[in-house]
Amino acid sequence: MSQKDRLTCYHCGLEMSEDEAVWFDDKPFCCNGCKTVYEILNQNKLSKYYKINHAPGIKTDQIDEQIKQKYAYLDDPDIEEKLLEFDDGTTKVVNFYIPNIHCSSCIWVLENLDKLNENISHSEVNFPTKNVRITYKASQINLRQIVEILAAIAYPPLISLEDLDRDKKHSNKKLLYQLAIAGFAFGNIMLMSLPEYIQGHGFWIEKFAPLFRWLMLVLSLPVVFYAARDYFESAIKGLQKRIVNVDILIALGISVLFLRSSYEVISHTGTGYFDSLTGLVFFLLLGKYFQRITYDYLSFERDYKSYFPIAVTKIEQGVEKIVQIKNIIPGDRIIIRNEEIIPVDSVLMHNDALIDYSFVTGESLPVQKKIGDKLLAGGKQKGSYIEIEAVSNVDNSYLTKLWGREAFLDDALPNIKSLTDKISHYFTFVILSIALLAGIYWWISSGFSIAIWVVTAVLIVACPCALALSAPFAFGNILRKFGYHHFYLKNAQVIEALSQIDTIVFDKTGTLTRQDKYQIQYHGQALSSQQIAIIKTMTKVSNHPLSRLIYENMPHTKTVQFDEIKEITGQGIQAQIAGQIYKIGSARFVGLTEVAEATEVYFEANGQIIGRYIFEANYRQGLKKLFHILQSKYDLYILSGDNSSEKKALEALLPPKVSYFFNQSVHDKMDFIQNLQEQGRKVMMIGDGLNDAGALQQANVGIALSENTNVFTPSSDGILKADKLMQLPDFLKVSKQTKNIIYMSFVIAFFYNIIGLAFAVTNHLTPIVAAILMPISSISIVIFVTLLTNLISKILINRKL
Amino acid sequence: MIALYLTIFVSLIIALIFLVLFLSSVKQGQYEDTYTPSVRMILEDEFGEDEPETDQKEE
Repeated sequence: MSQKDRLTCYHCGLEMSEDEAVWFDDKPFCCNGCKTVYEILNQNKLSKYYKINHAPGIKTDQIDEQIKQKYAYLDDPDIEEKLLEFDDGTTKVVNFYIPNIHCSSCIWVLENLDKLNENISHSEVNFPTKNVRITYKASQINLRQIVEILAAIAYPPLISLEDLDRDKKHSNKKLLYQLAIAGFAFGNIMLMSLPEYIQGHGFWIEKFAPLFRWLMLVLSLPVVFYAARDYFESAIKGLQKRIVNVDILIALGISVLFLRSSYEVISHTGTGYFDSLTGLVFFLLLGKYFQRITYDYLSFERDYKSYFPIAVTKIEQGVEKIVQIKNIIPGDRIIIRNEEIIPVDSVLMHNDALIDYSFVTGESLPVQKKIGDKLLAGGKQKGSYIEIEAVSNVDNSYLTKLWGREAFLDDALPNIKSLTDKISHYFTFVILSIALLAGIYWWISSGFSIAIWVVTAVLIVACPCALALSAPFAFGNILRKFGYHHFYLKNAQVIEALSQIDTIVFDKTGTLTRQDKYQIQYHGQALSSQQIAIIKTMTKVSNHPLSRLIYENMPHTKTVQFDEIKEITGQGIQAQIAGQIYKIGSARFVGLTEVAEATEVYFEANGQIIGRYIFEANYRQGLKKLFHILQSKYDLYILSGDNSSEKKALEALLPPKVSYFFNQSVHDKMDFIQNLQEQGRKVMMIGDGLNDAGALQQANVGIALSENTNVFTPSSDGILKADKLMQLPDFLKVSKQTKNIIYMSFVIAFFYNIIGLAFAVTNHLTPIVAAILMPISSISIVIFVTLLTNLISKILINRKL
Repeated sequence: MIALYLTIFVSLIIALIFLVLFLSSVKQGQYEDTYTPSVRMILEDEFGEDEPETDQKEE
């Protein structure tokens, strides 16, 4: 029963689990959008004349109360102002993140919002980022109504605390501008320098060479002063910090190239090296561009703010009032409804609560709380509404305090120095001494002016173009390959860090086990199809995680109508149909004594127990193999916020070398990693929830595991899709090999440099030699690393897993 | 050979026009979402735009 049949959407063909399916006309659909499109096509017999607002599935005139209450906070002008992108009093523009966007029907439905409500003038979907931008008439409709419409058609936007204090996104177009300008100048300068290379002397050259040379000089100005600007800035920063990075060499090379070429043109002594100069900048920028891969729909910087809501309902002198979360002060009385998140540490005041802490503490099952119990911020209420009294404000809650810790404050790069910088450190000194020695030799033998010529030639040819290109292209390519395999890394430095890892720490809940997924086994009398339908319908009404699990694992059947059904929170569900009474719930609920170790749910019909469901933590498949492969090279630890009840099962499953630590709090996990690092270990942490956020941040490489990349993942260096966890050894191997490839390319780069230096120190570096040597070295290095990284990722990453 | 001055001038101008066109297209955000427009085009094709005349026929 654990292996559920995957359903495919009748309209768009996407795979989904039964729980996600929307049923219509006895056919499964992946979302309301697909269902709507199907309805429309069906009704109109595929004719193209239709109107979206005739679709029966879309009812925006009557929005139910629950949705209305949920978005009441949007009436607050303060919140509205922060969410809006544009507002001129009559027209307003808002941009929402809607996680549900996943197929072409979604785009269609959301882009036709103007036909649903005439006061929406325009809506445009950005599919990769899952955003929709809505333009509406402010006098006719307000923000809350827009969100209510979206929620009613099953595309509720995700509005979180993060939206309130986000900076306006500054898009990174600068590199594209720089690249375009460098490419433009490079192409034109190459054409203009060609005549002189072909024909050395003669009437033609004497007449037109000055024009060409001056044009080249002018064209190179924007390249040096705009396109190459970042290299100069980075070089200055490096010098200030007394670090010799590769950009210092590049900046030095560019300035020497430019100054000497300009001098040659102005003094009418030569052509200059403008083609080499612009080519160098163009290739360097190309490498930078190649390395910069953005996964638009992923965020590596999320903290609790993107998980917490913007506002909650507060009771003030008996009146409900919307209050922004950051304005909550200790003593405030707050209402938390079903599925809402508790924003601050608080005390339960009214009603029994069932709090899901899986994300915050790693406890896998919801916890029952009684009036007077303390509730931690971040838990999610399951069941009816509760009232709580705040005992702290948002920033000072137990969980959120984590983000005030040191590891989150310094945004400085990890202390791992990049490979290229390490090499270029020595490279710089070697080059400078060669230049100096050659300069002295030529000064003595041929005089000062020749010596200057030779020194500049050495600096020009030694400019570490190949050195600076190999790492960006190798890492950029691997980043892309990992992306194909659903392993998304924040940037190229993470690959370098990955190759140095010697210790791996796993979180248990949600990482080794499947999130909220339990293995369900039924014991007892065989169920009739009528009973199956009854169980399925009963569990459908309940929000308890165990009910959800049973519901999900039942085959798809028709539903039954109950005469009466009620849920007793924390105990079970009771239903009545044609005089028969059915009960689903805990052992106590059906009159048995509870067994502490096991998680069980009983099914009872007319006072007779028919059977029980037993739940066991569902470990991911292939864990045993994964740990056996990893144990030979890495020290392995498992940290869990849960109690040690699963220890035996884990020990039986995994090799003996693995160490276990249970009952670890958010802060314990972070300290644990820090401890390992103080012993000189390079630690990789793999976790999934907010409770791992500290550890992920502290670790040399923090990887967030995610079942579904749409949902929240804590800030990390990379996001790995959960079903690819078993490929982890492959990814680690590839990152190690990539490092070797870069070393090899350095050897080739040195080889080119020796040839170039030979020309330079003997005073033979003519512009044409530079113009041939520099592109050849750059291009061959790029081809070399690209081919080799393609090869290793093909060989080492097993696609079949 | 004086024509050379003219041709160089013209070719540079043309190249500059293309550069400016590219830069302005980047600025307009044409490279920000390279996926959705492709889907949008097909959806419009499949369902057609609302045409007022056909509505009248229906009614």
